[in-house]
Amino acid sequence: MLKSVSRRVDDALIKTIREDVWERVQSMDAGQNEYGFDPFGFHAESLKYVLAVAVLLYRHYFRVETFDIDNIPDRGRVMLVSNHTGQIPLDGMMTATGVLIDKQPPRMARGMIERWVPSIPFISTIFARCGQVVGTRDNARMLLKRDGCLMVFPEGTRGINKTYDRAYELERFGRGFMRLALETDTPIVPVGVVGAEEQMPAIYNVESLAKILGMPAFPITPTWPFLGPAGALPLPVKYRIYFGEPMKFDGDPDDEDRVIGAQVKQVRQAIREMLTRGLEEREGVFF
Amino acid sequence: MTNRTRRGGNEKVVITGIGGNFGRAVARRLHRHYDVIGIDRRTVRHMPKDIDIEQVDIRRRRVEDVFRREHIDAVVHLNIMHDPRTRQDEHHHFNIVGTQKIFGLCAEHRVPKVIVLSSANVYGPDPTNDQFLTEEAALMGGQNFEAIRDLIALDMFCNTFFWRHPEIETVILRPAHIVGRVNNAPSKYLRLERPPTIMGHDPMVQLIHVEDVVTAIERALIPGIRGVFNIAGPSPVPLSFILDELGRNPRPLPEPVLRMMLKTAWALKMSDWPVPELDHIKYVCMVDDSLARSKMGFEHHFEIEDILRDVEKEPRPW
Repeated sequence: MLKSVSRRVDDALIKTIREDVWERVQSMDAGQNEYGFDPFGFHAESLKYVLAVAVLLYRHYFRVETFDIDNIPDRGRVMLVSNHTGQIPLDGMMTATGVLIDKQPPRMARGMIERWVPSIPFISTIFARCGQVVGTRDNARMLLKRDGCLMVFPEGTRGINKTYDRAYELERFGRGFMRLALETDTPIVPVGVVGAEEQMPAIYNVESLAKILGMPAFPITPTWPFLGPAGALPLPVKYRIYFGEPMKFDGDPDDEDRVIGAQVKQVRQAIREMLTRGLEEREGVFF
Repeated sequence: MTNRTRRGGNEKVVITGIGGNFGRAVARRLHRHYDVIGIDRRTVRHMPKDIDIEQVDIRRRRVEDVFRREHIDAVVHLNIMHDPRTRQDEHHHFNIVGTQKIFGLCAEHRVPKVIVLSSANVYGPDPTNDQFLTEEAALMGGQNFEAIRDLIALDMFCNTFFWRHPEIETVILRPAHIVGRVNNAPSKYLRLERPPTIMGHDPMVQLIHVEDVVTAIERALIPGIRGVFNIAGPSPVPLSFILDELGRNPRPLPEPVLRMMLKTAWALKMSDWPVPELDHIKYVCMVDDSLARSKMGFEHHFEIEDILRDVEKEPRPW
């Protein structure tokens, strides 16, 4: 009885994802061992629960359009460096979903999560099974050495929490990703996400309240918190995700900040160009 | 004595704490190639006939006789107590003073090799851990779990010995959860019919078979090998996968409830699980064993299926 229910649920999930897409995702090689798990706890079979939701958001809610997704190499280590916008990190989820379902062969984009996440029940397990990794330097290094696909947001919370008056401006980029790329000899694919900025346009950031609640920011949007929990839902904006040409850098990973900074600037410039292009090409926020 | 004089040419290895399940496993393997002398304060039974046993507490003076009588080529130090029910001071004294005594004797009698069995638990499970901890990682196991502190102190002591006596090859082994026909905590946990788990947590776990640890000790005896080595077996799998394979029926409980139950059971002496050990089924504590594999030539032979088959069997009745 229970088994037939769970099988029916599984079938429904796979139907949502689409059989052929699921077939590709399931047979993807992301470094799993003979038991189906990779050392970080990623499990392709468990992916369907989250992927089904992500696919609904991807296809019907945000109607994501990807451009030049084949710039991501089919195999070998690679780093996706993206801008980070929209108060809640759905841009990461949409990019990862795109790389999984729109790219052939699919790749598992691995994000780096905050260090306190493993102490939250359920979330910790779900994130691990979906290939998310605790954000330590050694973990990132190991992922790349195992020829993984790492997704990085060098702006961090600076980018995602900015208010709407600075929409599509790029914040200061961290340099750690570049040092890591140099050290592991990893090509960088710049990613520009257009649209996410409008999903939750923050008018004001109540920093004092954020501090009390221990959150990185407490945004006030036209709907949140005035409409209650429903106001925290993102608006159904249209996402456009641009993937740039892979960039290869050479140099000493322990070089001065000045030298590394110049290389970071090149990546930042590439992302900025894609954002400009995306903003010109789109006809509206919701279409 | 006659045995040793007859076979004369073999190297002589002293195994402290030979009476335990693990000590016996080591002795049974080593006695084929070495002359083994065992030291234990417990009565030692069911040993191969060619092993000499000294029944004495390693803190006693009489241990010196073993070293004085003949030249020892290596010491495998397993005489480390892991019993959460023993009084803390006695536990600490036995482990630290005992180790110090053995190391002092090794220095005095110029034993060229000392192997100590520490544990990957000295790193301690923690949400901020790297997925795989290298030998350089800080020994943070004691931050929540007091009973592990003497093992950390012991590990550190061996490290200082490493620098003070460069002429002696000190090897410290830090294996992941040892599982098999032994009576340690991970094996006992996996033998439970309905093991409790923490609801919503399912960390990746490394297991290693007892015999593979013995293999590591064998490799460590090779001249020239020295230093600290993490030891791990097959690639890690989630805890739920292990329990599934064993056909167990886990009992997931919210963490506060489980902690409370365990605390009560501990106070009533109904269970021997120290509460802080719950972190092992909550967070990762896995080690990077690449150094042991490249430098020591260590290889594991037991895959997950083999390990789980052996954990089902009770430790031998002797």
